[in-house]
Amino acid sequence: MPESNLGFLRQDGRKGIRNYVLVIYTVECASHVAMEIARSEPDTHVIGFPGCYDNAYAIRLMLALARHPNAGAVLAVGLGCEYTQPAMIAEAVRNSGRPAEWFYIQESGGTTASIAKGKAAVQAMRKAISASVPRVPVTLADLTIGSECGGSDGTSGLAGNPVTGRFFDFLVDAGGTAIFEETVEMIGLRETMINRAATPEAAIQLSHAYDKAVRYCQSVKQYSISPGNFAGGLTTIEEKSMGAFSKSGSRPIQGVIRVSERPPRPGLWLLDSVPDDHFMQFGYTNPNDSEGVLDLISAGAQIVIFVTGRGSVIGSPVAPLVKLTGNSRTFERMRDDMDFDAGRVLTGEISLDGAAAELRDLIVRIAAGAQTRPEQLGHREFFIPYKHQDTPGLEAGCHA
Amino acid sequence: MKRCFRIDERDNVATMLTDASQEVVEVVGAADYPTVEVRGQAPLAHKVALREIPAGGRVIKFGVAIGVATKDILPGEWVHLHNCRSQVDERSSKFEDGIESGSEANYA
Repeated sequence: MPESNLGFLRQDGRKGIRNYVLVIYTVECASHVAMEIARSEPDTHVIGFPGCYDNAYAIRLMLALARHPNAGAVLAVGLGCEYTQPAMIAEAVRNSGRPAEWFYIQESGGTTASIAKGKAAVQAMRKAISASVPRVPVTLADLTIGSECGGSDGTSGLAGNPVTGRFFDFLVDAGGTAIFEETVEMIGLRETMINRAATPEAAIQLSHAYDKAVRYCQSVKQYSISPGNFAGGLTTIEEKSMGAFSKSGSRPIQGVIRVSERPPRPGLWLLDSVPDDHFMQFGYTNPNDSEGVLDLISAGAQIVIFVTGRGSVIGSPVAPLVKLTGNSRTFERMRDDMDFDAGRVLTGEISLDGAAAELRDLIVRIAAGAQTRPEQLGHREFFIPYKHQDTPGLEAGCHA
Repeated sequence: MKRCFRIDERDNVATMLTDASQEVVEVVGAADYPTVEVRGQAPLAHKVALREIPAGGRVIKFGVAIGVATKDILPGEWVHLHNCRSQVDERSSKFEDGIESGSEANYA
């Protein structure tokens, strides 16, 4: 990376590639005020949890995003009678060395006064962090990149995911961190996954994550394959699984992390986002692409690669989303939304390695500040549901 | 000539890179078969058989079995829901409610 590519150094040593102010609402009732506070404010993104009652998973997720390397400051906005406490979010953010403010709408004079109060706080914090955050060089070794696929078709497994997987090989070889997910889309691949484990511990973690994904699929009697996938040429869950799994590349898998957990060291990691079955019932695993993307961001990914075959228009808050398709027709049809055409490997225009090197160069430019298509279009979809996951790593205090 | 893409040298299917209909197409990628004659229709991104797959035989892509043939499949024939089923999931290939199946799915 060029010397001019300066990131934002955080107190925990991680480096951001963006320096955003996050407006976080703590119940659906506060969402409109939060959205209005952020409207027209540069470098200001909104996240929030709609639920009124306690959910440890959602609170962990918001705390992980609030202290994400791309987050420079936080304004937490509550209505006043919900379980999730904006004051505690602000305190956790301040303890991480970032400015943070909070208030309740009920105590601030209602909608209009709260929007004005929030805008003043956002503007003041944005000014403060633009001057105070140390700028340091960023290399591939400083990056954590996530990959997720959605709207898959026959080209996703042929080109989109293999090119992403080859880029992951380059990233891991350069000392960086790569995270892939969607264990329910790896049904039928137990031995294939375990054979990739870096250590005996990783093999145990992978087998547990796989077995839980199978129990989940048995429990809900549904697999992650849809009419859109059938129309796109995918016939079975095994076929889709192999296509999805190919985005992990070929390097050893270091282990399994949960939502909101940081990988403890560089290398390739599997993110398990399936709910745990320890109590009542499973509930739902990722109900849409936006939740999966946010899960990867919660693990510290500064950039996420989204692989699509049929096309997708989503973006994400906190970390830029890169849109890659293995289908050149989709690339042409949805040109405004697509960042990278991996379909060129199928025409012989470029080799798999050549495409992965181009993707690496694009990631470097984005890390240096170039905007992705979803950023240009203003897409910042997100989804934070009620869910239950055991997180022994977080309870042991070894992750942020 | 139109093309299809074979991922692994063990594969008995290849993936169409264009729509094709009753014509000879080139096999690229891990291509031991220089060409295959498409029988009937084969849409973009769908699979065609490179050799005969008997009913009950494994449909191989990425070097692994991605399904089982539910009837005899001829070389060049489109392989999809009408002649191939999942080994692990009875329901998804039909996208029906599964009530009629009555048996547990087999997790290989």
